[in-house]
Amino acid sequence: MDQILGYRRPNGTFGVRNHIAVIPSVFCANHTAKMVASQVQGAIAFPHPDGCGQHGKDLQQTINTLAGIGRNPNFGAVLVVGLGCERIHADSLAALIAESGKPVQYLNIQEMGGTLKAIEAGVKIVRDFAFQLSQQQREPFPISELILGLKCGGTDATSGIAANPALGLAVDKIVAQGGTAFLSELAELLGTEHIMERRSETPEVYQRIKQELSHCEDVLERMTKDYVRTSEQAALVTPGNFEGGVSSVSEKALGGIHKSGSSKFVGVLDYAEQPSKKGLFLMAAAGGDSDIATSLVAGGAQIIAFTTGRGTPTGFPGVPVLKITGNSNTYRNMEDDLDFNAGQVIDGTLTLEQAGEGIYQEILAIGSGKPTKAEVTGHDELFAIGRYECY
Amino acid sequence: MTEKRMLILASGDNVGVLLEDAQQGDIAVSGDIRVPCLEDIKFCHKIALNDLPKHTYFIKYGEIIGYALRDIKKGEWVHTHNLDDVRGREGML
Repeated sequence: MDQILGYRRPNGTFGVRNHIAVIPSVFCANHTAKMVASQVQGAIAFPHPDGCGQHGKDLQQTINTLAGIGRNPNFGAVLVVGLGCERIHADSLAALIAESGKPVQYLNIQEMGGTLKAIEAGVKIVRDFAFQLSQQQREPFPISELILGLKCGGTDATSGIAANPALGLAVDKIVAQGGTAFLSELAELLGTEHIMERRSETPEVYQRIKQELSHCEDVLERMTKDYVRTSEQAALVTPGNFEGGVSSVSEKALGGIHKSGSSKFVGVLDYAEQPSKKGLFLMAAAGGDSDIATSLVAGGAQIIAFTTGRGTPTGFPGVPVLKITGNSNTYRNMEDDLDFNAGQVIDGTLTLEQAGEGIYQEILAIGSGKPTKAEVTGHDELFAIGRYECY
Repeated sequence: MTEKRMLILASGDNVGVLLEDAQQGDIAVSGDIRVPCLEDIKFCHKIALNDLPKHTYFIKYGEIIGYALRDIKKGEWVHTHNLDDVRGREGML
């Protein structure tokens, strides 16, 4: 079995990066969290607009997401920063993250006596975490401990012909070795139910997939029924998709599903849910690139493989996002942002199998410490917590 | 009149994908299949492989990707101006 060099965590998982997460439990603590993280090398703040004024399932989804980000093995230690009167208490969020066994602390701005004192206390905590983590060396871990998140954005018709099928071959190789992958983007799977049925490990898995897709379509219809047809379609297929030759949501979906390879789906996960077994999962997350990438990371993905036909530069804080394009023109045009050119399949210079192997090797290298283009340029815009009832 | 490379993703598909920009009069070629382009068709856009009557399903990847809003001639560009989808919105065929 192939191996990746990563950082062992107390619960037996492995990180491919060794950062400290500084997580605000509520937006009121964003600035303090950012100030704390900015003072310590390797620390990353996760500012967000949520954590108060939310209720029920929507509130729970935010809690699950923040806890999942904290538990992600790419973060070796976590500081939760709260205000003190918000719905998501810093101490209870810290306790959820601490279930992973990693060092976790929290502080509340009101209890500390304001912003400046909270920043000072936070910097001291995070600095001590940094010393602790600096002692850790990378060690080999098997592919079976890898969780790969799958995403596409800025799709054009090359995505469905070259980039997604090539990524699918790499995913097959990871899953065959006992590894895990998350396919997501529910709205982009509309029209592929019959394929999902063939690829579900059990009828129960297919029932759940069907239920999620039908729910997604209901929400979509409810939100778009008062709008004209072009607006409805534009909700699912962007102007860039259309210009790139994709004509319908079904066509986009059929091209997109290829990136999950040919393994059977062993289960369906909620937004930000961590799996209890290994294999290929459908994650019931919907929304834009950032909402979905955030769910993948909260679910435990240490790496995201992201196919893009038009070319997108985005990255996720603390999690490498491997950019694969199926369009050689796009690769030449945006080489500073893209990691792998599967467009060579269309040019006739690589077979699909060679491109799949190339992506697989790139995943091993990036997992072992090679930075992605998005990491080198400092992209971190993909963190955004999805709200409940999104499509 | 130039030959332009075309990809047909699955047997039974009634649209092909241009692998390079084509101009009206070019011939889209995939193996033995040769289709004259009735209009300019851009890289990665679709071309009808046969005459297709209104309401025929367009097939790519061996699967339905939409239906014809009007009669389609062999060699025509197939895109949102003459294709509609039955999914992701209300109002079916």
